[in-house]
Amino acid sequence: MTNHWKDIKNADVVLVMGANPAENHPCGFKWALEARNTRRAQLVTIDPRFTRTSAVADEHLQIRPGSDIALLGGLVRYILTNNLHHADYVRAHTNASFIIGERFSFEDGLFSGFDEATSQYDASTWEYDRAPDGYVRRDVTLEHPRSVFQLLKQHYDRYTPERVAQITGCSEEDFLRIAKIVCSTGTADRVGTIMYAVGWTMHTVGTQIIRTAAIVQLLLGNIGRPGGGINALRGHANVQGATDHAIVAGILPGYLRVPQPSQTSLASHLEASTPQPLVRDTANYWGNYPKFFVSQLKAWFGDRAQPDNEFGYHYLGKMEEDATWLSIWDQAHQGKLEGFIALGFNSLLAGPNVSRLLEAMAKLKWKVVIDPFMMDSAEFWKAPGMKPSEIDTEVLYLPTTHWIERDGSFTNSGRWAQWKEKAIDAPIGVRSDTWILSELFWRVKELYIAEGGAYDEPIQSLTWNYLNPREPTMTELAQEINGSDLTSGRRLSSFGELKEDGSTASGNWLYSGSYPEAGNQMARRATEDPTGLGMHHGWAWSWPLNRRVLYNRASADQDGAPWDGTRSGIAWNGREWIGDVPDYGRTTPPGAMGAFIMTEEGVARLFSPLLKDGPIPEHYEPVESPTVNVLHERVPINPVLRWYDGIRETLAQENDRHAYPYPCTIYRVVEREHFVTSNVPYLVEAMPDFFVEVPEGLAAEKGIENGGQVRVWSRRGEVQGTAIVTKRIGPLTVNGRTVWTIGVPVHWGFVGITQGSMANELTPFIGDANTGCPEFKAFLVNVEAVEKRG
Amino acid sequence: MSTLSIKRISATASPAPGIRSTPEYAKLVDISSCIGCKGCEVACKEWNDLKVEPTANFGSYQSHKDLSAHTWLLMRFDEVEMSGRVQWLIKKDACLHCEDPGCLSACPAPGAIVQYENGIVDINHEHCIGCQFCVTGCPFDIPRFDKETKKVYKCNMCVDRVEAGLEPACVKTCPTHAISWGSKEDMLSLAEHKVDLLKDRGFENPVTYNPAGVGGTHMMYVVPHGNHLADYRLPANPTASPLPLTGLGVLKRIGAYLLGVGVLSSLVHYLTIGPQAAEDLHPHDH
Ligand code: SF4
Ligand code: SF4
Repeated sequence: MTNHWKDIKNADVVLVMGANPAENHPCGFKWALEARNTRRAQLVTIDPRFTRTSAVADEHLQIRPGSDIALLGGLVRYILTNNLHHADYVRAHTNASFIIGERFSFEDGLFSGFDEATSQYDASTWEYDRAPDGYVRRDVTLEHPRSVFQLLKQHYDRYTPERVAQITGCSEEDFLRIAKIVCSTGTADRVGTIMYAVGWTMHTVGTQIIRTAAIVQLLLGNIGRPGGGINALRGHANVQGATDHAIVAGILPGYLRVPQPSQTSLASHLEASTPQPLVRDTANYWGNYPKFFVSQLKAWFGDRAQPDNEFGYHYLGKMEEDATWLSIWDQAHQGKLEGFIALGFNSLLAGPNVSRLLEAMAKLKWKVVIDPFMMDSAEFWKAPGMKPSEIDTEVLYLPTTHWIERDGSFTNSGRWAQWKEKAIDAPIGVRSDTWILSELFWRVKELYIAEGGAYDEPIQSLTWNYLNPREPTMTELAQEINGSDLTSGRRLSSFGELKEDGSTASGNWLYSGSYPEAGNQMARRATEDPTGLGMHHGWAWSWPLNRRVLYNRASADQDGAPWDGTRSGIAWNGREWIGDVPDYGRTTPPGAMGAFIMTEEGVARLFSPLLKDGPIPEHYEPVESPTVNVLHERVPINPVLRWYDGIRETLAQENDRHAYPYPCTIYRVVEREHFVTSNVPYLVEAMPDFFVEVPEGLAAEKGIENGGQVRVWSRRGEVQGTAIVTKRIGPLTVNGRTVWTIGVPVHWGFVGITQGSMANELTPFIGDANTGCPEFKAFLVNVEAVEKRG
Repeated sequence: MSTLSIKRISATASPAPGIRSTPEYAKLVDISSCIGCKGCEVACKEWNDLKVEPTANFGSYQSHKDLSAHTWLLMRFDEVEMSGRVQWLIKKDACLHCEDPGCLSACPAPGAIVQYENGIVDINHEHCIGCQFCVTGCPFDIPRFDKETKKVYKCNMCVDRVEAGLEPACVKTCPTHAISWGSKEDMLSLAEHKVDLLKDRGFENPVTYNPAGVGGTHMMYVVPHGNHLADYRLPANPTASPLPLTGLGVLKRIGAYLLGVGVLSSLVHYLTIGPQAAEDLHPHDH
């Protein structure tokens, strides 16, 4: 989240799209209701289904799964054609005035620089136009035809209400009714927030959906302001923390970059990873990358990280192959992966195309599952249809403590790291994750010591300075992450103290300041709220530097006066910024540099040359779609996707749309938390069985009865369960044709109190062009009524 | 037994009003803020040690088809269309704790149902004879008979928690604060405020559900579409219509529920002597 949970209460409009917080984030969702109840905020849901969130919303708009960019692009056009944007904000705080180079173009669904042979873009054609001094040319009138503002206008001119309706399936009137509400916050005295989750990320255009939303929010002047922002709701209590500490492929803790094979020296890695300023007046804070990176190496390799060995840079793996989920399992499917350690998730049920995944898992030599509960992933060889006698994989299951049985920190969606105490003791004999991982480390290290081995230096050099080196405490780890000055030995209170010369260490620069000499800031529990906006600076600690709203410099105008005095993020009092922890120098005067200190531009990017699939988001159909792409038939889907071998054949082809006529989407329900709650009797009682949501009209057509059994199948697999025949999914008119949407929840498998079909039997093995996140949320199926299975 | 002051006892002349001034409590369920998470439903089971029942999806998000002796609180989910728009009505179904409880008036077993001064209507299972008159007497169809114990069960407003100064488990659990707890007076004014808010938000007929026919209730609802009470499964004009306490029919029915002579004579004793002797009743010793 750019903002935080409680801040949602400060909004005038709450748009929930690509998320279903009543279902998946019920505790945080109360703040949306608080906004609705105390500020009369309007709560709007846009979703393929009328959800439990919609049940308490003021407005709901049904769209087809995978048509989000069309809808959001329609909002961009609505804002620009009706002059609803926050003009002063856009001019001051975005790159609207930046001029793009002449080589940039967009035609028939393709941006300039597309290489047919590799299906990749050469992004150099998207670069800014530079003046002789090397800095970007700007036109503050925003009238230059190649200014970002004009290019944006031009690009989204195609997204008329009529087109939006044609693609998404909603009616023009309904779209306009919703657009009017959502786009009503482009003034200084109004703010709107967007809540989204994996309903956006899990598409082949996931990153671009979120970019489109960011564009909407920037045009409306809603980023950086209390009550505004673009807020990613994270799925589990600590997913944000896990991401910050590099659970995603391609990053190191603190969003540092994994070295590439071409980066053969520390210097070359730093050069490639440290952005150069594009304008004179930017803090370009990522310019400090070398300090963060070297300090991380020092945290990991201690005294073995010295200038003469490039601070241990060569101890780090260089990523040859991307290590996203799909790539890992593609390798396994090809028999190239020997073993797999799964910690903290159900690796069988969490990925797309279960049958393919099962084939891949059966090719592993070994698999280790570390989890509090026995689960499907550890018993994959017993999955329906598997022949255990033919599987040689050795599976080791290590029971570990549940989070309730250990202390540590949770970082919530709003970036608040909150320390928690252990609530109950673990069962006897059950070990903590830290014990298991330390033990693994020591056993490997001891083997190296005893027997030697190829390139043992990284393991031999790793620091492991804990009181009990076989089981570090969470406090020790938290302090190590925070970092310290290696000369004085004192823990740091800010990443501002980090150095590039090896005199400081920090496991994750973003968390510097969470555990300074003053003590564990994450454990703080002061409830005062002097801002009145729910910032609670004395409660826990949020990264970075206890800042509660990211980019909060943009909550004030060019002179440092808040856009809205009643919801002031930070304000310049002539000497310093007051309010939230400023995302800016505390005493840096308002005009000294751009508001977005993390970017090379110093402002926010409406146009971003950094993504793989284009600098301006464009609507592409899901890889399985019930319609042609009416914007450009020849480029129907994201043109730069990564296609693994044999995957095209697992997709419904254009000519068998009639065989798989229905868009389908998968999701969770509030009664269950992913798969772990299949072990909790009361929760299983509350939502016992796998089900399929079938629209009333389609059910009538197909003779499906409410409560009866249905089979749903895609090109990849099938599921069977109880039909919930519902009015909450209506017919859509997509490109002139009636389209029905099917919904399937994910919580079932073959282990647990009740068993049920695995939703991911249906989903396609293809991911987002930038993140590799699978397209779980939009694919094609067919459905029929069946007799109940024996 | 409870230290709470008793206001009314089944099959008994009302006890003299106590000297202690106890507040009258109420629970307010704001349907417009309920997301149907069933947190309350599960909390109710956990707090009251109610056993897990085998359930099966029957074409709904609703967990059980109906309330039962083991499920005192059920979130009901109903899809309806109102003026062309789909509504998903999600309603917490549990005892309303009427001011004039139909169950209590219908109950022939002395001391089996009590109403405390604080408004809570509770069943004392040691006195319940399993005749199920309360089941018919309840205008909201709440009490449920358990075949195994041959007693009737329902929400007791977590009387043990309330007695200890805590709010009921469902109230405590609700993540959206859709359920509020306080004095009846405060809850009535909160309800009024919530109804005004709904009007402000464009709802045409929001109401507070606190039906007069039963003297008002100690679980009240804020209903967004007050002109569609039936869609929420709320009777428009519920009344407590007490069944006659005497007569052959009653005794026959009581007899049908395997009660020994001891109980019957105790019952007669109770009916004639009055509540003071309530503690002497031992229905199981016969
Ligand atoms: S008051 Fe207590 S017994 Fe009654 S419904 Fe709520 S949790 Fe259950
Ligand atoms: S806990 Fe609250 S929000 Fe959840 S179902 Fe019960 S009343 Fe509704």
